[in-house]
Parts: sequence; C-alpha cells; structure tokens
Amino acid sequence: MHIPDGFISTPMAAAGIVLAAGSVAYAVKATNKKMGEKQVPMMGVLAAFIFAAQMLNFPVAGGTSGHFVGAALAAIILGPWSAVLIMSCVLIVQCLIFQDGGLLALGANILNMGVIAVFVSYFIYKGIFGVMRGSRTGRLVAAGISGWISVLVSALACAAELAISGTVPWQVAVPAMGIVHMFIGVGEGLITVAVVALIMATRADLLELQQAA
Amino acid sequence: MKFKWWHGVLILALLLAILSPLASLSPDGLERVAEDKGFLSSALEPLYEVMPDYVVPGVTNEAAATILAGIVGTLILFGIGYGLAKLLRAKGEA
Repeated sequence: MHIPDGFISTPMAAAGIVLAAGSVAYAVKATNKKMGEKQVPMMGVLAAFIFAAQMLNFPVAGGTSGHFVGAALAAIILGPWSAVLIMSCVLIVQCLIFQDGGLLALGANILNMGVIAVFVSYFIYKGIFGVMRGSRTGRLVAAGISGWISVLVSALACAAELAISGTVPWQVAVPAMGIVHMFIGVGEGLITVAVVALIMATRADLLELQQAA
Repeated sequence: MKFKWWHGVLILALLLAILSPLASLSPDGLERVAEDKGFLSSALEPLYEVMPDYVVPGVTNEAAATILAGIVGTLILFGIGYGLAKLLRAKGEA
C-alpha cells in the first residue's frame, strides 16, 4: 500500500510529512530513556522481521496481492510509540533504498501504516483483550481483529489522501480501497495471530515488555 | 556467545528474506485500485534508484538479486532498530 509520488498532491504530501514528522518526534520523546534491556534487541529483530515479511506478497482474489504490514504486531508487542518508531524505520528504508513508496509521499505512508494503523490497532487490541479478561483466547482474538483493522484503516486513510488530492473521487476511492483491503487484512490478521501464538507458546514474557517499561 | 531468543528471530527474518522470490508478483491493493480506476499512469518515476523493486542491480539471476536485497534490507533494519533503541534505552541499562 506504499503510495508512489504522483498519486497524491504536493499539499497533501506536505501535510503528510508534517504530521508524520510530528508523530515521530513525539514517539522519540515518549520512548526516550524508557527502553528496557529486552526491548533493545526486540526493536532490532522486529524491524528486521517486519521488513522481511513485507516482501512476501500473498495472492488474494482477482489477480491482486497483499502483504503483511506489521503495525498491529509491533503495537501489541512494544506498545504504540515504539511501534511508530519501528514502522517509520521500515518505511524510510523501503523508500530511500528500495524505492518502494515515493520520497514526497513518505510522510503520508508513515502516517497511514506507521501512525494511524498503529494507534487504531493498539486500542482495538487493548479493548478486546480487556473485554475478554486477558484470557489466552482473548489475546489471540484481539490480535487477529486488530491486525485486520490495521490494514483497513491504513487503506481508508490512503483513500482519503487520494480523494483530497483530487486523484480520484471520494465515492470511488473509499469503497475500492476498502473492499480490496478487507481481503488483504485477513492475511494480516492471520499472520498477527500466528506470531502472537508463537510468542505465547515459546516466550510469553516477551508480550509483557511494554508493561515492564 | 550464548544463543539468545532474539538471535532466533533474526534468523527467522533472514529465512523469510530468502523466501522472497516466492512472493506473488500481482499488483498490490493500491496498485490494483489505481489500475482499475485509471490513475496508475500518474505515478512518477523515483528521483534516484538504489535497489528498486527489491532487486540488487547487476545481479543477473533474478531470484538471487531479490534474496540479496532482502538480506541487505533485513540487516539494515536490524541495525537501525537496535541502534535507535540503544540510544533511547533507560539509564543504568547496558
């Protein structure tokens, strides 16, 4: 879902850069001097894992593919502000080195996949996990739904940016982006559940890193 | 050096990078919408290229070029994520 340059207008791209830069600056402030002993390697391996997993596009219906984003997974494991930093690192490297996502559109891409997706999925996860009283099943259900929603909200934010830019009308952008990403989001939900289940089975303590911080 | 949990995760990430040539080449959700709704052609070429499309330039074997790009990117992100977290670590933590 990386927006290339040309899809969004210059004012929209500029607004994206301002909002993304502000979010990243606040994320640095919020996490500064708070990274625990286990969080340091976790930030490294999670950024590496999310980058590698994003390369593996999986086919969805109708000759379309989707790929894992990882915003929900990062938010679940490390909390929202660390997740904003991880996702921003991944998106910046993808943009600067692999030319995936435009240079001007980088702000919008960070906003969609690194800020909006992180916070929406984090609160959905916390909400469902809380309602299900912190049970094992509750954690997995919460992970799956927050993964699915993370992709959907990123896509809707992207649709809004396309519409604001005048690239494509609202009534076209929103349903088109929403419907295809409702399918892609299922893959995100399944991968998020699988990774959380794997951590629960092997090192459940790693899911409590943010509480310890 | 003792094998720690995160060494396992890094190896897993590198294994995923090695699987990257198996990825679907179909357009992703946004590209599909851009194609269907007629604005795909408004995409601009990048200003410069390092490893466009996750391919290391100059490597003739396409799968190898993709795997190499994946490994390079995975290691770069490990370094950046680890380094950034280290800068932000709590006082008194090694």
